[in-house]
Amino acid sequence: MSTTIANPPPASSPPPKPHENYLNAHYGIRSWLLTTDHKRIALLWLASVTCFFALGGFFAMLIRLQLLTPEGWLVTPDTYNRLFTMHGVMMIFFFLIPSIPAVLGNFLIPLMIGAKDLAFPKLNLLSWYIFNIGALFTVYSIVTGGVDTGWTFYTPYSSIYSNSQVSAAVIGIFIVGFSSILTGLNFIVTIHTMRAPGMTWWRLPIFVWTHYATSIIFILGTPVIAITLAMVAAERLFHIGVFDPRLGGDPLLFQHLFWFYSHPAVYIMILPAMGVTTEIIATFSRKNLYGYKAVAIASLGIAVIGFLVWAHHMFVAGISIYAAMVFSLLSYLVAIPSAIKVFNWTATLYRGAVSWQTPMLYALGFIGLFVMGGMTGLFLAAMGADVHVHDTYFVVAHFHYIMVGGAVMGYLGGLHYWWPKITGRMYPEMLARAAAIILFVGFNLTFFPQFILGYLGMPRRYATYPPEFQILNVFSTAGASILGLGYLLPICYFMWSMRYGPKASSNPWPATGLEWQTTSPPPTENFETTPIVTWEPYDFEHRPDLGLPKPERARPTPLEAPGLELGD
Amino acid sequence: MERTGALFGQFRDLDQQRETASLGMWVFLMTEVMFFGGLFLVYTIYRLKYHAAFAAASHELDVAKGALNTGVLILSSFTMAVAVWASEMRKRKLLCIFLVATMLLGGVFLTIKGFEYAQKFEHHLVPGAHFNFPGSETDAQHAEIFFALYFLMTGMHAVHMIIGEGMLLILLVYAWKGSFTGDYHVPIENGGLYWHFVDIVWIFLFPLLYLIDLHH
Amino acid sequence: MDSLFLLLVAVAVFFSVLIGVSIFYLSFRYRRRPNNQVGQLVPGSEALEITWMVIPFLIAMVLFAWGAKLYVTMRQAPSDALDIYVVGKQWMWKIQHADGRREFNELHVPVNRDIELTMISEDVIHDFFVPAFRVKMDVLPGRYTTLWFRPTKTGRYHLFCSQYCGTNHSTMGGWVDVMEPSEYQAWLSGGSNSESPEQAGKRLFTTLACVSCHGDPSEMGAGPRAPSLRGVYGSTVKLTDGRTVTADDAYLRESVLDPGAKIVAGYDNIMPTFQGVVSEDQLLQLFAYIKSLGTQTPQNASDAAGAAASAAK
Repeated sequence: MSTTIANPPPASSPPPKPHENYLNAHYGIRSWLLTTDHKRIALLWLASVTCFFALGGFFAMLIRLQLLTPEGWLVTPDTYNRLFTMHGVMMIFFFLIPSIPAVLGNFLIPLMIGAKDLAFPKLNLLSWYIFNIGALFTVYSIVTGGVDTGWTFYTPYSSIYSNSQVSAAVIGIFIVGFSSILTGLNFIVTIHTMRAPGMTWWRLPIFVWTHYATSIIFILGTPVIAITLAMVAAERLFHIGVFDPRLGGDPLLFQHLFWFYSHPAVYIMILPAMGVTTEIIATFSRKNLYGYKAVAIASLGIAVIGFLVWAHHMFVAGISIYAAMVFSLLSYLVAIPSAIKVFNWTATLYRGAVSWQTPMLYALGFIGLFVMGGMTGLFLAAMGADVHVHDTYFVVAHFHYIMVGGAVMGYLGGLHYWWPKITGRMYPEMLARAAAIILFVGFNLTFFPQFILGYLGMPRRYATYPPEFQILNVFSTAGASILGLGYLLPICYFMWSMRYGPKASSNPWPATGLEWQTTSPPPTENFETTPIVTWEPYDFEHRPDLGLPKPERARPTPLEAPGLELGD
Repeated sequence: MERTGALFGQFRDLDQQRETASLGMWVFLMTEVMFFGGLFLVYTIYRLKYHAAFAAASHELDVAKGALNTGVLILSSFTMAVAVWASEMRKRKLLCIFLVATMLLGGVFLTIKGFEYAQKFEHHLVPGAHFNFPGSETDAQHAEIFFALYFLMTGMHAVHMIIGEGMLLILLVYAWKGSFTGDYHVPIENGGLYWHFVDIVWIFLFPLLYLIDLHH
Repeated sequence: MDSLFLLLVAVAVFFSVLIGVSIFYLSFRYRRRPNNQVGQLVPGSEALEITWMVIPFLIAMVLFAWGAKLYVTMRQAPSDALDIYVVGKQWMWKIQHADGRREFNELHVPVNRDIELTMISEDVIHDFFVPAFRVKMDVLPGRYTTLWFRPTKTGRYHLFCSQYCGTNHSTMGGWVDVMEPSEYQAWLSGGSNSESPEQAGKRLFTTLACVSCHGDPSEMGAGPRAPSLRGVYGSTVKLTDGRTVTADDAYLRESVLDPGAKIVAGYDNIMPTFQGVVSEDQLLQLFAYIKSLGTQTPQNASDAAGAAASAAK
């Protein structure tokens, strides 16, 4: 068991039943729907976000099918407008924003810091219920005809002119926002007050740091989108004029308020994936993270600077030249902490002992695709260049590289990495590697052509397009079918593994985090006794319990000391 | 997770529970600042843009009722503070009396607000199909924005008051049972924090909405 | 723009290849083998961290500066540009040339001339995008925005609406035809003998009864109840509250639609609003007429509108 026990278990408590863990401690639907165990709640979230990912993915499939021909053959323009709107709304608010925090964050944060649960377990469950109630409103808006405003809900189209179910959809998103706020609140308080003895701030895994940074954005940004969408609904329902110029309102005010949240929101979507990637890189290089403090501080830096760049979405919206310059400058600044993280991840591989198991394939893929997506962000931050590619497929490609190539790969990598801990089972490794490669190939084939399409001038949100754009669209759709296969495989083999997968040990990789110090799956209270932490994060040197040879000081290579024999 | 007395199972000890509960309430109040902040921002922008129409619209508000409500809320914050003190002094009856006093004052506030809203409805000042404001068409449009923000802001505030009343009721029930006059009275403190926050929001709302250009 | 784009591509390719190759190389070179089961202890280096912060920062600043310089030029049209007016509405473009020629979804322009478009929307936000010219600007309801370009090659170029605006957003496009100057002149005069915007505006000035307060602009001196509009465009106007403003397109538009917002010093707030009475096209015609009454050098409409808008933010 754990080598961290400092307090022996109290004499009066009975020894744990053999193989009792959080999954089999209680049975029955009530024990799941009324649970306050963060681990079970994480699985409830897994079920929810998977459903909405499938729904959003279904809309994506229809979009790509429609775009096979220039004249559009599958759906009417009106239907297409609803498809891309619902694709965006589902994917952003109901998949990307919750995914890693609500599934992996909920499951792992108490384990990683040595706590029995989050600070507010009942609020945690409430958060899931609020999410589903919000989802109900949004799904209602879908089945009663859908919304056709784009997920950005620009006024006055959304507040006055659209004849679709805007009010129901924005009310749904308003409600879902509260689930974000509760999760963020829970994480911040938990990380502050519930750490085990010896778990100082500088010993926290980067996963925890990135979730802390994400939670700051949750609590400061989400209320603003909530009140903004509430005003859109009020304008629709009660004829007020906050955003309608015919009534004295200002449509740009909506854009400022909207992007004030929605830009930091993209950091909500990527920071947790960066945390996952960090954990995987360290474990599968069997090496400490290079530049730990820099990576931790960079995470906070991304969250803070991320609040200052929103109007880079509005360079051609009618803002002043001077405002544009300020936001462009700040947007370049926010790229720097991300660059720091990428360099530190890469440096971690140096002199490591690198294994290409599935989680590592996802993590390395994340780095590559995040870099490509991030580099194309530099195009958009350059005001003069943005004028050309704004609102074209260049932007669509840019954010899909980060969201899908980045966040989704981070999510899948994390699911694979912690699957043994969560379920006590291993997934089939070779099939999983194949799926990861299929995903990587399919992804690039889908979205790289879109950079070119955007540069050539194809605008986004077009149901039909000029014929010269067809060939690139066909490539993109072909890639999407491969991408779809890549997503289907994990859903299938994960479900298979829950019944038939080989049982996993408590620390199969092995890795250094506290979460691996307890059984797979963990008992309901996470640890037999409160752990006491005495080692630094990603420390492979002072951990004989991992069963690994002791790391040596780095030996100089021939590059550094000519004439020296390598020996390996 | 099991609960032993006042200690919830996820915590190591009451100190950790206390610290966690307090930090939780402060973080929550920060989200509330951002929430109301969005409305205040929109209000500020339009007040700068349409000052004259906003002043004219503001003169339709009942300053007497608004001022009375301000006094009522400040008094209720005082009674809440006494309730917190009473729980620290382990005086169960006093705690309950002052919780009830706070609730009653909150009820007075909401009642007066209700009368104000009814008055607005009669005078056709509720945004929507029946809105009517003297002056040019653009003046009326800008006044309608004022009233939309008036109802949004005071309405959101009232919703928070009602939630606060519910919270006070729950605290009252537990206080009567003696839960907060032992070692652990953080829920009363946190309840106080929330109530004071709702009071502070009103203290900003009142002059912003009711007292525009009042001197002439 | 294309040179900046090329540099951006170079930077992007450089770093993507650098990181991609590094990952491949390092994860292969230091792969797990029986005699390489755990990573070595590599000391951190503050110097390295600072280096790879500073170098990206410097590159970023170069990109920022170049992008900003391009943008400033893009947003400020030369003063001798040919003015063309664009009104966007769901789902078409209405284009009005200065001499009266109107067209829909197609814009004819002469080559090697600076062209400035002054644009407004009748309903939702649209966007005027000509990929070949690398220009794009949102077209807003309630406010003028401008866009300028100088076509250097004759030909036919795509025009797209690139701000989602509803059902037929995808088909709200058209063409920009760049012609030799002689062909352009021929095209201009070959149109239907519709009246010029100034003539239409002059007609509106009477039918809407502007003349009853502002007086006949052909005569000197103020009107009976309102300032004369002779020479007002581009002039500096003093208001009752002491402020002075420049009478540009945005000011004229506000004066017609929300007259109470700015009252000229010495006059009362008695002008009725014409909101709902005049369309955007008619407003442009009125302003063309007012401009023809004599102008000081007008400020760029969008800059003034932008400055006014940014004051509110």
